[in-house]
Amino acid sequence: MKKVFSRPRTLKDVPFHYCSGCGHSITHRLIAEAIDELGIADRTIGIPPAGCAVIAYNYFDIDMLEAPHGRGCAVATGMKRVLPDRIIFSYQGDGDLAAIGTAETFHAANRGENITVLFINNAVYGMTGGQMAPTTLLGQTSTTTPPGRTAVLDGHPVHFSEVLATLAGAVYVERCAVNSPANIARAKRAIRKAFQYQMQDRGFSLVEILSQCPTNWKMRPTDACRWVDEVMTKEFPLGVIKDLQAKG
Amino acid sequence: MQGNRVIGEAAIRAGCRFYAGYPITPQNELTEYMAEHMRRVKGGVFIQAESELAAINMVLGASAAGARAMTSSSSPGISLKQEGISSLAADELPAVIVNIMRGGPGLGNILPSQGDYFQATRGGGHGDYRTIVLAPASVQELADLTMDAFDLADRYRNPVLLLADGMMGQMMEPVEFRTPSPRQYREEYILRGKGTGKSRFIRALILDAIRMEEHNWKLYRKYQVIAEEEVRFETFWTDDAEILIVAYGTAARIAKGAIKRSREMGIAVGLIRPITLWPFPGEVIRRFAEEVGSFLVFEMNTGQMLEDVKLALEGRARVDFYGRPGGVIPTPAELAKVIAYQVKR
Repeated sequence: MKKVFSRPRTLKDVPFHYCSGCGHSITHRLIAEAIDELGIADRTIGIPPAGCAVIAYNYFDIDMLEAPHGRGCAVATGMKRVLPDRIIFSYQGDGDLAAIGTAETFHAANRGENITVLFINNAVYGMTGGQMAPTTLLGQTSTTTPPGRTAVLDGHPVHFSEVLATLAGAVYVERCAVNSPANIARAKRAIRKAFQYQMQDRGFSLVEILSQCPTNWKMRPTDACRWVDEVMTKEFPLGVIKDLQAKG
Repeated sequence: MQGNRVIGEAAIRAGCRFYAGYPITPQNELTEYMAEHMRRVKGGVFIQAESELAAINMVLGASAAGARAMTSSSSPGISLKQEGISSLAADELPAVIVNIMRGGPGLGNILPSQGDYFQATRGGGHGDYRTIVLAPASVQELADLTMDAFDLADRYRNPVLLLADGMMGQMMEPVEFRTPSPRQYREEYILRGKGTGKSRFIRALILDAIRMEEHNWKLYRKYQVIAEEEVRFETFWTDDAEILIVAYGTAARIAKGAIKRSREMGIAVGLIRPITLWPFPGEVIRRFAEEVGSFLVFEMNTGQMLEDVKLALEGRARVDFYGRPGGVIPTPAELAKVIAYQVKR
């Protein structure tokens, strides 16, 4: 019998702790597949964040260095400058990247640090139990916006990928989702491309992943996937936001 | 050569190959020296960071990647770096952090002060940890202790603070740079990608209480070794002393001037100068109390090291204090008057 599907080598044989229907486990797999396909597991270092993915080092069979909350891009900068021939990626959630780590992310992109950022946007603080994130949608309820987020009191959802795309140092920014087979395939291609850009020393690349969080959204996994399509992508449209290479 | 620039030169000679910093007075000459000279050495990296938080976390990444790494700042900026210093201690990563202290609290001013003693000697950030704290009192010592700081950081895989003040940073004195010893740091502590070996990780989050406790005790045992092995101090005119001043850094220089004046007036006064503020030379001070009944702690703050001296003496001798906080630089004559007053009492 021919084996046509198996666990990527870069994922350890360890069951994920993530909730049913969570987008983290899918994204972990895509990253591992991309690393395997590019043959870079020996020289890739991942930087997990504070948040649900904080123990990502239990799953990835590559070297990993945990960053303090929000500082992934600063830690990645330090590593990459010392080890310019290694592939360095930071894995960060919406609160980590677009709230407490705003400055570190913005300036790493502006310096054109040759690193890759995987930005997991699930519109909520997951690990701490469902508080409002910078990307929480208007009207969306959370434990800190019980009646729903209002622009007047809580501000608007932050479109951080679009902000980063305005910076000259950012060469590739794309928003993807992992809620359907087609979107998962596109996300995989984007992650691969981001790593390839880094391998070619092009500069800062970021892939934003709209990621379902059924637990904190208080939805069934199937409904959460539908919600990404029907609601979340209306605020955060999928697609390439910036690709300097594509423009020639 | 100016103190701030000496620190930079000594660091580069000691093999520092990564520096990240953010502008703040009175330590800017150090950042500027690194900007100018780091790019001249092979593999040298200088980054002007967007914040102190970013700078210390860049240092964390660089240290994990195997570079001798340093950042510097002054008091308000050091407060911001505490998150990263705590993480470095938790991760058991070496790094050198320079604090050219200024008046505080808050933004304070840009004048010399020793107001950060508590912060420096009690870990500084959150959690159960310590940093080695070196307190130079001359430009020559800035050079020597900067080099030592990198060796100590590597030996104990722990952040080391060089704690000086604006006076030390700005003053100019002749200096000789010694030839540093080659770095001894094990490859197994460095993350460079797993290569053909097993993957590894460095992390500070330990959710399991028992494992977290084990990690805390492991760090504690390391700090015990440091406390045993690394205490440094200088004594000055202590042989026949009836009063002993305890002072460090700039205050110790002032104290030496005051002691000379007092000796001319026939007052038998000497100095104990802690060079390591943590570990603190408490045992040394306690031994002196067998001969000397009167101690005068002199600091450029409202009395911080004073508490360590009292803890060391445990009531064995009288302890007085003289301090000038807020960026005031007391003169030797002023301190000599205080000494004379204490003798009469």
